[in-house]
Amino acid sequence: MRDVAVIGFAQVISARERERNEVELIIPAVRGALADAGIARSEVDFTISGSCDYLSGGPFTFVSGLDAAGAWPPVKESHVEMDAAWALYEAWVAIQTGDVDSALIYGFGKSSLGDLHEIMTLQTDPYTVAPLWPSMVDLAALQASVFLAATGRSDAELAAVAARSRRAALANPYAVAAEDVAEDALLARPVTHAPLRDADIAPITDGAAAMIIAVRDVAERHCERPAYLRGIEHRVDPQGLGLRDLTTSTSATLAAHAAGVADGPVEVAELHAQFSHEELILREALGLGDDVEVNPSGGALGANPVMATGLIRIGEVATRIRSGAVRRGVAHAAQGPCLQQNLVCVLEADR
Amino acid sequence: MSEALVEHHVLEYPGGYTRSVGPALSRYLSGLRDGVIVGVRGADGRVLVPPTEYDPVTAADLDDYVEVGPAGTVVAWTWVAEPRPGKHHLDRSFAFALVRPDGADTAMVHVVDARRPDELAIGARVAPRWAAERHGYVTDLEAWVPLPEGQAASPAPPNAAADASDEAITGIVTPIRLEYDINAGIAASKYLRALGERRIVGQRAVDSDQVYVPPRGSDPTSGAPTEVEVEVGQKGTVTTYCVVNIPGLSENAPEIPYVCAQILLDGSNTPWFGLVHGVAPDDVRMGMRVGAVWVDDPGPNAGSIKWFEPTGAPDAPYEEYKDYA
Repeated sequence: MRDVAVIGFAQVISARERERNEVELIIPAVRGALADAGIARSEVDFTISGSCDYLSGGPFTFVSGLDAAGAWPPVKESHVEMDAAWALYEAWVAIQTGDVDSALIYGFGKSSLGDLHEIMTLQTDPYTVAPLWPSMVDLAALQASVFLAATGRSDAELAAVAARSRRAALANPYAVAAEDVAEDALLARPVTHAPLRDADIAPITDGAAAMIIAVRDVAERHCERPAYLRGIEHRVDPQGLGLRDLTTSTSATLAAHAAGVADGPVEVAELHAQFSHEELILREALGLGDDVEVNPSGGALGANPVMATGLIRIGEVATRIRSGAVRRGVAHAAQGPCLQQNLVCVLEADR
Repeated sequence: MSEALVEHHVLEYPGGYTRSVGPALSRYLSGLRDGVIVGVRGADGRVLVPPTEYDPVTAADLDDYVEVGPAGTVVAWTWVAEPRPGKHHLDRSFAFALVRPDGADTAMVHVVDARRPDELAIGARVAPRWAAERHGYVTDLEAWVPLPEGQAASPAPPNAAADASDEAITGIVTPIRLEYDINAGIAASKYLRALGERRIVGQRAVDSDQVYVPPRGSDPTSGAPTEVEVEVGQKGTVTTYCVVNIPGLSENAPEIPYVCAQILLDGSNTPWFGLVHGVAPDDVRMGMRVGAVWVDDPGPNAGSIKWFEPTGAPDAPYEEYKDYA
């Protein structure tokens, strides 16, 4: 295995962006990540993005994103129709093959253009589920319903997650849903998608994020304290919601095991939980103890630029490691309804 | 700075999306049409509903179909206070639920038509309410409804569909419609607003003399932002073209054959797409000089230029546009 580290990261976030289009959001993200890494665009070997054409309602709209990345003369380039955390995975594999030594990864999306919750219905079974048009929030609420009933937990525990996330988001300049609020105050607000309240649901967010990763010798040249990817894996559950045990996330557990989460202390974890109950499910699935600081950024409940949210989890952990605040942390990304597909990576500094 | 231009956009497949259903869902949907719920026995003996073609654990082929229900139990539910017209098939508040039909080991996503959320609970008994006219679609089971204690589910009424048949369902048509308010962005909004003033405006690269039109807000060679607006010429050179013999593709070209071309506008470095009129298709050629013809009442949209017509000037020499051909 080649040692690969995160050496640059930047994000551009807006609650509902009315001026810039997707390309204009990516430009400062890519330039910010390059500046953070102190590396020239021409020195980066591989370029890959993650996005979803359904967010903008047009085919191949992801191609225009390359206008922001600098891609002429033609560069080695790829794209995944997934959160850019999976683009990071492909870039990591590309580096492992030895073909490239560094990569620019970016993810972007404007959830505010259409009805995100309805658009995500199209990722469900197109024969038996999508024709009924359950929104992604409806399906998450079904999982929350099963989870609370099976575990005997109450919606007060959901509110505790939501309140802690919103308070943590106050310290995150990129968060769009931040407030100094107590759990009791959230519990007093109306239930909108039983058993969920609005604060349990990730906010509509537009944005882009970009990251630079590189092999050890390039990383050490550009970065005082690189955040090495010690382990990375992704797994998927069956598509049929009824075929899954929705009280847990089997694919997240398998990915966490393969990534080596338990092989050392976890000082911080950023979890791609778009709903309060997903954090509780993921904490158990990843085997995180109560001593682990979870989502100090506010997580996806603080800002959810779809298709970049997962990459941002990795960026948040990497940034804390590079600053010296922590030495080892875990980042998680999810795709699909009810935590169907999960990516887990372990990041660590050498010392 | 004024806000970016916004245009309403509908993503829709006319007539719906046609899908083949395969053997397992054929049994399931044919069953719904006939008023029964069909599952399949998995490799471990569990009954899965809706049925899958392959075992989710072993991937073995499955074909031991079994009838389940008709009554079932609510495993999970959430309340939908306001149904969305055009999406939800019920027109009043209802619940989405995971319902496990009797005799099945898995639950299915469907709706429960309850009057109030307090009629629902995990473990509540429900029975299918069948549509009168059934065509082999998931809403043939119109909704699950609360089943009072001590009552049994009623059998499905005979299918009242005029085209009712016993043949296996092999395909379905699913309507898909999504609506957007697309935001053009800063650079494209300036470009479009200029078109409304009969001007064509691009942007110049920061570190070269390249002028891009339409502008994207960035230099695609470097990714660097472009912020300097440059008005380019309304005349240009045909760098390449094609003769279209398919009718109905363009409102501005009601008759075939017509010509669409890449045109390098004077003062720009990116060829631009336009129609060429006022000349027989056989006479269009690379290097031909053409000029923009505007509509009478231009607005901030790409339709403000109807087409291009030959200017009559001598053709541009190949050397002048060879890098763009």
